[in-house]
Amino acid sequence: MKFLFTSFGIWSFTILCLIVFGRRERLCSVAGGLGVISGSLFAIASGVTTLLSNSYECFYLNWNYIGDKISFALDPLAAWFVIPVCGLSLLAAIYAIAYDWDNETGYSKSFSWILFILLLASMVLVICAANGVVFLMAWEVMAVSSFFLVIRDSAHSHSSQDAGWIYLIATHLGTVFLVILFLLAQAQTGSFDFMVWEKQGLNIPNRSLLFLLAAIGFGTKAGFVPFHIWLPEAHPAAPSYISAVMSGVMIKTGIYGLIRSIGWFGAPIPHWWGIAVLVIGIVSGVLGVLFAIAQHDLKRLLAYHSVENIGIITIGIGVGLVGLSYDNAGLIFLGFSGAVLHVLNHAVFKGLLFLGAGSVLHSTEEREIDKMGGLLKRMPLTGVAFLIGAMAISGLPPLNGFVSELIIFISGVHSLLSKDVTIGLCGAAVVGGLALIGGLAAACFAKAFGIIFVGEPRSDKCSKAEESSPLMTIPMLVLAMLCLVIGLSGAWLVAGVAPQIVQNISKNTSLDFAGYQSQLSNALMFVGLTGGLLIVLLALFVLIKKALIKNRTVSYGLTWDCGYTRPTARMQYTASSFAQPFLELFKPILRTRHHYHVHMPDNMFPQGANFHTETPDICHTEVYRPVFLKISEILMKFRFLQHGYIQIYILYIALTLILLLIWKIR
Amino acid sequence: MTISILLKTTISILASLILAPILLGIINRVKAGFAGRVGQPLLQPYYDIFKLLKKGLVYSTTTSWIFRWGTLVSLAVIVCALLIVPCGPFPALISFKGDIFLLVYLMGVVRFITVISALDTGSSFEGMGSSREMFFSALAEPALLLALMGLAKVTDSFSLTSIANTLSATNWFNNGASLALLMGTLFIVLLSENARIPIDDPNTHLELTMIHEVMVLDHSGPDFAVINYISALKLWIFSAIIAPVLFPIHTNNIIADFSVWLSGMVLISIAVGIVESSMARLRLTVIPQFLLGATALAITAIVLTWIG
Repeated sequence: MKFLFTSFGIWSFTILCLIVFGRRERLCSVAGGLGVISGSLFAIASGVTTLLSNSYECFYLNWNYIGDKISFALDPLAAWFVIPVCGLSLLAAIYAIAYDWDNETGYSKSFSWILFILLLASMVLVICAANGVVFLMAWEVMAVSSFFLVIRDSAHSHSSQDAGWIYLIATHLGTVFLVILFLLAQAQTGSFDFMVWEKQGLNIPNRSLLFLLAAIGFGTKAGFVPFHIWLPEAHPAAPSYISAVMSGVMIKTGIYGLIRSIGWFGAPIPHWWGIAVLVIGIVSGVLGVLFAIAQHDLKRLLAYHSVENIGIITIGIGVGLVGLSYDNAGLIFLGFSGAVLHVLNHAVFKGLLFLGAGSVLHSTEEREIDKMGGLLKRMPLTGVAFLIGAMAISGLPPLNGFVSELIIFISGVHSLLSKDVTIGLCGAAVVGGLALIGGLAAACFAKAFGIIFVGEPRSDKCSKAEESSPLMTIPMLVLAMLCLVIGLSGAWLVAGVAPQIVQNISKNTSLDFAGYQSQLSNALMFVGLTGGLLIVLLALFVLIKKALIKNRTVSYGLTWDCGYTRPTARMQYTASSFAQPFLELFKPILRTRHHYHVHMPDNMFPQGANFHTETPDICHTEVYRPVFLKISEILMKFRFLQHGYIQIYILYIALTLILLLIWKIR
Repeated sequence: MTISILLKTTISILASLILAPILLGIINRVKAGFAGRVGQPLLQPYYDIFKLLKKGLVYSTTTSWIFRWGTLVSLAVIVCALLIVPCGPFPALISFKGDIFLLVYLMGVVRFITVISALDTGSSFEGMGSSREMFFSALAEPALLLALMGLAKVTDSFSLTSIANTLSATNWFNNGASLALLMGTLFIVLLSENARIPIDDPNTHLELTMIHEVMVLDHSGPDFAVINYISALKLWIFSAIIAPVLFPIHTNNIIADFSVWLSGMVLISIAVGIVESSMARLRLTVIPQFLLGATALAITAIVLTWIG
């Protein structure tokens, strides 16, 4: 905890420095970057020591203005979330220095860095808050600072301002549910302190209502379908390193809140909670990846993959909840440890992918996948890093995405093999859903990597692209290495941290997890060994091939196109064509719009024609837009009250006061 | 004791690596028989691989290192996948609770690498093949995993080795309907994942109609030999999963068990040959329904285990 206070000290000091430095742009970049990096290092140290020592530290500030002491706590669960938050922010800060160095940004460097530090500090604060009011205040700072970062570059585009508004409205609607939840909990226990809630347990008769409030409130931040619509708007609009932080770790604060809230409800919890969360997870996962396939914009595609991965995490949480309600130690341990491990893994590979997308954007000024191509030869390091990220997010071994998905899969089998039909069907749904998500995600990233990085460049800008500066590539390569390291060493990670985190989540049970932990470690050890063997075999095969073709003729020619010898880059398969079979099969859900512009031939020869597709979000077009239109329609009826004369408004105020007076007297 | 098991496992792995291409030879002979031809020698797949290994290489100038080294990654991955599958009475080298998922996802790596290598050539034919490959396998993956889950449910165990060891004739008496449905699903997935009729035609001559074959059009010489060998291993792995379900027989004689298992493998290849000789390819738009049907079979089988 001491280290954590040091971080907050450093961050506050950096903000002061940034205010003082003002318009000296270069100085601000360096100072801001150094501040974020050094502060994050202390916070990570604090998280690691808490995790390894399995300690619980609490800090009370004796200041009773909200009726309770202001309190912070750092337990293994919180520490587990602090580490990726600070780790990814650290790498994003290094990246940001180079990304913004020569860029004309919407804000001054000093303001931009202040917002970044506020976002980082508020995320840490949200995780460490042990009091409802402190939590909500940090939550709000987090929402507002990220809102300003999303609209930072909105000077050149209206869409990014709209995106900012959608985000701001969505996040506040979500917060409303949390405020109600916290007030109801306070009404019951007489305190805003999380520890009091945990001790007493929120056992009021309609606690399912509280659970729903938590699921919606936290789910809006995390991006559960149908509350996800802000993600595909806000992530593409923000500067890429901010997208990386928002998508990689900020939305995880929603997951953190949901997991934390489980401890507030006393055992046993109703069976349907777990099943409902499971269904939300599967729906979010499948819809997220389906909409991702349909996107043409790289960052929008990545944003939908966040919805998908939040879905996978939620499936894990759902299995854990089912375990809690049936007192099944295996499901609790496997479900929750899969979910929390996927939180870390998603932070690593999604951070990597967004940084990669930023690097591509920085160098080509292009976000449209169909205009890219051949970037692997021009940006080799970005290409390799993106490839590793793409394989990791597709859940392919031996990378990290596979490890956490495997744990959730195994939790699914455990559930399937149960004698109870309900649990068994949940297990079948987990396995089937996750398999479908995995297959579709692999397709989506084969498309993204295959169209963007290999083949021939489809536009001039892409053929002139150059590798980004080392400050941008090194963070990506570090994350790529982490993908491999976590993939190979999952066994140690699980043995080292999973028991205390799961113990933290399910405080109310006294079940023993040791057997499941050793079984899981055993499985992951084999996965690591297979990964190692894979690398050895690959090296061996490479040597053999090199020896084999040493004296052979290796000639170069054109790609085979049925004998056609003048291919152009535009003749390549495009991302849209690649996705077409998926769009066709899932037409009822995706509702892709086809726009044709065909000039009817008016002489002997056909005229030009063009065609494009767009896939707007079904929740946006079918749910929110009609509802908001209806609301504004109703509100329009009250327009007659507005005249623009201040006298009449004063009259309204006076009338209201009189009415209130009469009501009070009566 | 452990040394003898290790020895047996090593022998079984070597046997798999050597015997795998013969399944392709068997399928070709069956097809030739149905067509009234003598057909190519049984060992033709081996001759092809060795001939290709001796040749030089042609690379497209569009390609990058992915195309050049991708096939070797696939080979390394498929060899690892082979180590997870039990070879009849011999237990697999890598066996743990949940190895099913490692196997399926290793196959996913092979597919991913093949697809990005195909896109690396910049050819629109190969792009089309990649798209179809990813599409059909995304639909086949739930079917495969649910079918394997069905086997896990029937035998109440969840590593491939323990499933193969536990399966016995009693399972066919108790859960016969489930096992039959699961066999059906697994067979459909085998056809789909190995690019056989009715999903794909390995012998088609028109680039536009190919799925798997079109993706490897630009590979030549030793690279193409490796690709042929990988397809043989893939077919071997899928057959090795189905064979214990077909003949769940355990005598204590390891040679007898092994021959029973091997005859199961041959029988599956013959079945593939018969399907290819007696059916036409499905229209591309019907294949998704076919694969979703396979998934439905697997789900039905799982539900039946609670009833039966």
